[in-house]
Amino acid sequence: MMRHAKVFAALGDETRLQLMARLRDEGPTSITKLAEEFPITRQAITKHLRVMEDAGVVHSVSRGRETLWSLSARWDARLARLKSLIEG
Amino acid sequence: MTDDTPDRIEKQIDLKAPLATVWAALTDHVQFGRWFGVRVGQPFTPGATIRCAITPTTVDATVAAAQKPHEGKTFDIYVERIEPTRLFSFRWHPYAIDEGRDYSREPTTLVEFTLEEVAGGVRLRVTESGFSGIPADRRAQAFAMNDGGWAMQTTLIAKYLAR
Repeated sequence: MMRHAKVFAALGDETRLQLMARLRDEGPTSITKLAEEFPITRQAITKHLRVMEDAGVVHSVSRGRETLWSLSARWDARLARLKSLIEG
Repeated sequence: MTDDTPDRIEKQIDLKAPLATVWAALTDHVQFGRWFGVRVGQPFTPGATIRCAITPTTVDATVAAAQKPHEGKTFDIYVERIEPTRLFSFRWHPYAIDEGRDYSREPTTLVEFTLEEVAGGVRLRVTESGFSGIPADRRAQAFAMNDGGWAMQTTLIAKYLAR
Protein backbone atom coordinates (compact mmCIF):
# COMPACT_ATOMS: atom_id res chain seq x y z
CA MET A 1 0.00 0.00 0.00
CA MET A 2 2.80 2.35 1.02
CA ARG A 3 4.50 1.55 -2.26
CA HIS A 4 1.42 2.40 -4.31
CA ALA A 5 1.13 5.71 -2.47
CA LYS A 6 4.73 6.49 -3.39
CA VAL A 7 4.14 5.61 -7.03
CA PHE A 8 1.09 7.84 -7.27
CA ALA A 9 2.95 10.67 -5.55
CA ALA A 10 5.83 10.21 -7.98
CA LEU A 11 3.47 10.48 -10.92
CA GLY A 12 1.40 13.31 -9.50
CA ASP A 13 3.41 15.98 -11.24
CA GLU A 14 3.30 17.01 -14.85
CA THR A 15 7.08 17.33 -15.27
CA ARG A 16 7.59 13.80 -13.96
CA LEU A 17 4.90 12.41 -16.25
CA GLN A 18 6.61 14.09 -19.18
CA LEU A 19 9.97 12.69 -18.08
CA MET A 20 8.38 9.23 -18.06
CA ALA A 21 6.99 9.75 -21.53
CA ARG A 22 10.47 10.79 -22.76
CA LEU A 23 12.11 7.74 -21.21
CA ARG A 24 9.45 5.51 -22.71
CA ASP A 25 9.98 6.93 -26.20
CA GLU A 26 13.77 7.17 -26.14
CA GLY A 27 14.91 4.36 -23.86
CA PRO A 28 17.89 4.93 -21.54
CA THR A 29 18.71 8.65 -21.58
CA SER A 30 21.23 10.89 -19.82
CA ILE A 31 20.20 13.89 -17.71
CA THR A 32 22.09 16.16 -20.10
CA LYS A 33 19.95 14.95 -22.97
CA LEU A 34 16.75 15.22 -20.92
CA ALA A 35 17.69 18.78 -19.92
CA GLU A 36 17.88 19.85 -23.57
CA GLU A 37 14.13 19.74 -23.94
CA PHE A 38 12.87 20.78 -20.52
CA PRO A 39 12.75 24.40 -19.41
CA ILE A 40 14.18 23.48 -16.00
CA THR A 41 17.70 22.97 -14.66
CA ARG A 42 19.61 19.70 -14.61
CA GLN A 43 19.47 19.90 -10.81
CA ALA A 44 15.66 20.06 -10.92
CA ILE A 45 15.51 17.10 -13.31
CA THR A 46 17.82 15.11 -11.05
CA LYS A 47 15.55 15.84 -8.12
CA HIS A 48 12.47 14.64 -10.03
CA LEU A 49 14.29 11.47 -11.12
CA ARG A 50 15.28 10.72 -7.51
CA VAL A 51 11.63 10.94 -6.40
CA MET A 52 10.66 8.58 -9.22
CA GLU A 53 13.56 6.25 -8.40
CA ASP A 54 12.50 6.11 -4.77
CA ALA A 55 9.07 4.91 -5.94
CA GLY A 56 10.69 2.26 -8.17
CA VAL A 57 9.40 3.88 -11.35
CA VAL A 58 12.82 4.59 -12.91
CA HIS A 59 16.39 3.46 -12.34
CA SER A 60 19.85 4.53 -13.45
CA VAL A 61 22.75 2.55 -14.84
CA SER A 62 26.34 3.72 -15.28
CA ARG A 63 27.53 3.37 -18.85
CA GLY A 64 31.17 4.43 -18.97
CA ARG A 65 31.35 7.96 -17.58
CA GLU A 66 27.66 8.58 -18.21
CA THR A 67 24.65 7.78 -16.09
CA LEU A 68 21.61 6.72 -18.09
CA TRP A 69 18.07 6.71 -16.75
CA SER A 70 15.31 4.38 -17.86
CA LEU A 71 11.89 3.15 -16.86
CA SER A 72 12.03 0.30 -14.40
CA ALA A 73 10.89 -2.97 -15.75
CA ARG A 74 12.72 -5.60 -13.79
CA TRP A 75 14.01 -7.60 -16.72
CA ASP A 76 15.30 -4.44 -18.38
CA ALA A 77 17.10 -3.45 -15.21
CA ARG A 78 18.57 -6.94 -14.73
CA LEU A 79 19.79 -7.15 -18.32
CA ALA A 80 21.33 -3.69 -18.09
CA ARG A 81 23.27 -4.84 -15.01
CA LEU A 82 24.35 -8.05 -16.76
CA LYS A 83 25.61 -5.95 -19.67
CA SER A 84 27.66 -3.63 -17.49
CA LEU A 85 29.07 -6.59 -15.56
CA ILE A 86 30.07 -8.48 -18.71
CA GLU A 87 31.30 -5.56 -20.76
CA GLY A 88 32.78 -3.73 -17.77
CA MET B 1 -7.47 -4.51 -16.79
CA THR B 2 -6.69 -8.02 -15.57
CA ASP B 3 -7.83 -10.04 -18.57
CA ASP B 4 -5.71 -8.25 -21.14
CA THR B 5 -2.46 -9.04 -19.35
CA PRO B 6 -0.20 -10.72 -21.93
CA ASP B 7 1.04 -14.25 -21.19
CA ARG B 8 4.69 -13.54 -21.87
CA ILE B 9 7.51 -11.06 -21.58
CA GLU B 10 10.20 -11.10 -24.26
CA LYS B 11 13.46 -9.19 -24.06
CA GLN B 12 16.67 -9.33 -26.00
CA ILE B 13 20.04 -7.73 -25.62
CA ASP B 14 23.32 -7.94 -27.54
CA LEU B 15 26.40 -8.44 -25.40
CA LYS B 16 29.92 -7.72 -26.61
CA ALA B 17 31.59 -10.77 -25.10
CA PRO B 18 32.51 -14.35 -26.02
CA LEU B 19 29.78 -16.98 -25.73
CA ALA B 20 31.58 -18.74 -22.86
CA THR B 21 31.71 -15.52 -20.83
CA VAL B 22 27.99 -14.87 -21.22
CA TRP B 23 27.12 -18.49 -20.46
CA ALA B 24 29.16 -18.35 -17.25
CA ALA B 25 27.54 -15.07 -16.18
CA LEU B 26 24.14 -16.73 -16.54
CA THR B 27 24.71 -20.18 -15.13
CA ASP B 28 27.52 -19.87 -12.58
CA HIS B 29 25.44 -19.26 -9.47
CA VAL B 30 27.90 -16.78 -7.97
CA GLN B 31 28.09 -14.70 -11.16
CA PHE B 32 24.32 -14.90 -11.64
CA GLY B 33 23.85 -13.54 -8.14
CA ARG B 34 26.11 -10.60 -8.85
CA TRP B 35 23.98 -9.04 -11.60
CA PHE B 36 20.62 -10.37 -10.49
CA GLY B 37 21.11 -8.97 -7.00
CA VAL B 38 20.65 -12.21 -5.06
CA ARG B 39 22.74 -14.64 -3.06
CA VAL B 40 22.19 -18.04 -4.66
CA GLY B 41 22.37 -20.89 -2.16
CA GLN B 42 23.94 -23.57 -4.37
CA PRO B 43 25.04 -24.28 -7.96
CA PHE B 44 22.28 -24.57 -10.57
CA THR B 45 21.47 -28.15 -11.56
CA PRO B 46 18.46 -29.36 -13.56
CA GLY B 47 15.57 -30.33 -11.30
CA ALA B 48 16.97 -28.57 -8.24
CA THR B 49 15.08 -26.10 -6.08
CA ILE B 50 17.45 -23.26 -5.28
CA ARG B 51 16.85 -20.81 -2.45
CA CYS B 52 17.88 -17.23 -3.28
CA ALA B 53 18.21 -14.32 -0.86
CA ILE B 54 17.95 -10.75 -2.08
CA THR B 55 21.22 -8.91 -1.63
CA PRO B 56 22.04 -5.54 -3.17
CA THR B 57 23.84 -5.87 -6.52
CA THR B 58 27.49 -4.94 -6.68
CA VAL B 59 27.20 -3.76 -10.27
CA ASP B 60 25.46 -0.47 -9.70
CA ALA B 61 25.37 1.61 -6.53
CA THR B 62 22.04 3.26 -7.32
CA VAL B 63 20.28 -0.03 -7.94
CA ALA B 64 21.89 -1.44 -4.82
CA ALA B 65 20.33 1.37 -2.79
CA ALA B 66 16.91 0.60 -4.28
CA GLN B 67 17.26 -3.10 -3.42
CA LYS B 68 18.44 -2.44 0.13
CA PRO B 69 14.94 -2.41 1.71
CA HIS B 70 14.31 -5.95 0.39
CA GLU B 71 17.62 -7.34 1.60
CA GLY B 72 17.39 -10.82 3.08
CA LYS B 73 13.99 -11.69 1.56
CA THR B 74 14.10 -15.13 -0.01
CA PHE B 75 12.50 -16.83 -2.99
CA ASP B 76 12.97 -20.16 -4.78
CA ILE B 77 14.08 -20.94 -8.30
CA TYR B 78 13.12 -24.34 -9.76
CA VAL B 79 15.80 -25.14 -12.34
CA GLU B 80 14.45 -26.81 -15.49
CA ARG B 81 17.03 -27.11 -18.27
CA ILE B 82 20.73 -26.38 -18.64
CA GLU B 83 21.95 -26.96 -22.19
CA PRO B 84 25.51 -25.56 -22.29
CA THR B 85 25.99 -22.30 -24.19
CA ARG B 86 22.46 -22.52 -25.60
CA LEU B 87 19.64 -22.64 -23.06
CA PHE B 88 19.12 -22.07 -19.33
CA SER B 89 15.60 -22.17 -17.89
CA PHE B 90 13.90 -22.09 -14.52
CA ARG B 91 10.47 -21.58 -12.98
CA TRP B 92 9.53 -19.24 -10.16
CA HIS B 93 6.68 -17.32 -8.63
CA PRO B 94 6.81 -13.88 -10.27
CA TYR B 95 6.85 -10.84 -8.01
CA ALA B 96 6.13 -12.96 -4.93
CA ILE B 97 6.87 -10.22 -2.44
CA ASP B 98 4.00 -10.50 0.01
CA GLU B 99 5.55 -12.32 2.95
CA GLY B 100 2.14 -13.14 4.40
CA ARG B 101 1.04 -15.06 1.31
CA ASP B 102 1.76 -18.71 0.51
CA TYR B 103 2.68 -18.82 -3.16
CA SER B 104 3.79 -22.45 -3.17
CA ARG B 105 0.58 -23.83 -4.66
CA GLU B 106 0.19 -21.14 -7.30
CA PRO B 107 1.26 -21.81 -10.90
CA THR B 108 4.76 -20.58 -11.78
CA THR B 109 6.10 -18.67 -14.76
CA LEU B 110 8.86 -20.15 -16.94
CA VAL B 111 12.00 -18.04 -17.48
CA GLU B 112 14.14 -19.04 -20.46
CA PHE B 113 17.52 -17.61 -21.44
CA THR B 114 18.65 -18.52 -24.95
CA LEU B 115 21.99 -17.55 -26.45
CA GLU B 116 23.00 -17.08 -30.05
CA GLU B 117 26.35 -15.95 -31.44
CA VAL B 118 26.13 -12.82 -33.57
CA ALA B 119 28.77 -10.58 -35.15
CA GLY B 120 30.77 -9.04 -32.32
CA GLY B 121 29.24 -11.02 -29.50
CA VAL B 122 26.18 -12.81 -28.25
CA ARG B 123 22.46 -12.17 -28.55
CA LEU B 124 20.70 -13.05 -25.32
CA ARG B 125 16.94 -13.57 -25.37
CA VAL B 126 14.89 -13.78 -22.21
CA THR B 127 11.29 -14.90 -22.18
CA GLU B 128 9.10 -15.21 -19.13
CA SER B 129 5.85 -16.99 -19.94
CA GLY B 130 2.83 -18.31 -18.10
CA PHE B 131 1.38 -15.10 -16.69
CA SER B 132 -2.08 -16.23 -17.74
CA GLY B 133 -1.82 -18.95 -15.06
CA ILE B 134 -1.05 -16.48 -12.28
CA PRO B 135 -4.06 -15.78 -10.01
CA ALA B 136 -6.09 -12.90 -11.38
CA ASP B 137 -5.77 -10.78 -8.25
CA ARG B 138 -2.05 -10.34 -8.77
CA ARG B 139 -1.51 -11.17 -12.44
CA ALA B 140 -1.42 -7.63 -13.82
CA GLN B 141 0.89 -6.41 -11.08
CA ALA B 142 3.28 -9.36 -11.44
CA PHE B 143 3.48 -8.74 -15.17
CA ALA B 144 3.89 -4.99 -14.79
CA MET B 145 6.66 -5.27 -12.23
CA ASN B 146 8.62 -7.79 -14.25
CA ASP B 147 8.24 -6.00 -17.51
CA GLY B 148 6.71 -3.57 -19.84
CA GLY B 149 3.91 -2.60 -17.55
CA TRP B 150 5.39 0.82 -17.23
CA ALA B 151 5.50 1.18 -20.97
CA MET B 152 1.77 0.44 -21.07
CA GLN B 153 1.06 2.80 -18.20
CA THR B 154 3.02 5.61 -19.78
CA THR B 155 1.17 5.19 -23.05
CA LEU B 156 -2.03 5.82 -21.17
CA ILE B 157 -0.47 8.77 -19.37
CA ALA B 158 0.83 10.25 -22.63
CA LYS B 159 -2.67 9.96 -24.14
CA TYR B 160 -4.05 11.68 -21.07
CA LEU B 161 -1.53 14.53 -21.35
CA ALA B 162 -2.26 14.94 -25.06
CA ARG B 163 -5.96 15.59 -24.52
